[in-house]
Amino acid sequence: MIRVQREDFDPGREIAALSGGNHAIGGLVVFVGLVRDMAPEGGLSAMTLEHYPGMTEKMLTRIDEEAQARWPLEASLVIHRYGRLEPGDRIVLVATASAHRQAAFEACQFLIDWLKTKAPFWKLEETPEGDKWVAARAGDDEAAERWLPVKKPAE
Amino acid sequence: MRLLYFAWLKTSLGTSEEQIEPPGDVRDVRGLIAWLKGRDAKFAEAFADEGAIRVAVNHDYARPADPVRPGDEVAFFPPVTGG
Repeated sequence: MIRVQREDFDPGREIAALSGGNHAIGGLVVFVGLVRDMAPEGGLSAMTLEHYPGMTEKMLTRIDEEAQARWPLEASLVIHRYGRLEPGDRIVLVATASAHRQAAFEACQFLIDWLKTKAPFWKLEETPEGDKWVAARAGDDEAAERWLPVKKPAE
Repeated sequence: MRLLYFAWLKTSLGTSEEQIEPPGDVRDVRGLIAWLKGRDAKFAEAFADEGAIRVAVNHDYARPADPVRPGDEVAFFPPVTGG
């Protein structure tokens, strides 16, 4: 399941709803992404998350379906916010549940690695020098690449 | 054809969206970008490094050789920074 929303979410409530009553679940893994303070020396460094309505939901749904296909998950949830956020605010939640922990850990990592390269969001930082668009990081592409299927050697 | 621009592209081009009717020989993403660059200096500058721009057609990532047709929604944006 995926949600794209402006409002904050409560991780505790979401976890309870995700696992509620499903006793096949032995392990539940949660990742929460937060707004980091980019200007700790002073001055609030708020940011605004822009997104592409329509494509955002489509990409997150597709990534979620892929996780469900690749790992034996009992449930999965991605919530991503947009709009103006301040340091300490929650941006994203990824939760996965499975009978055993390995699938839950791996699927959670896969989901956050993939959404960081595929989900159409862009961060605009407020700085003393003016608004600046955050640049994508090469590390995110590399993190996503490790989840690509291993190519079989030619026969 | 509806074009959408996001993030710094939107700022550089001064618009987030426009309706266009490219000539009939614009059949793919590559051709569309070439036509846009030729149309306007602002576009030529913004699309100077085509490797830095991502393209989506009807909400799916598209490659230079992928087709574009009348009625399509084509979006241009820098690499994403969500999460």
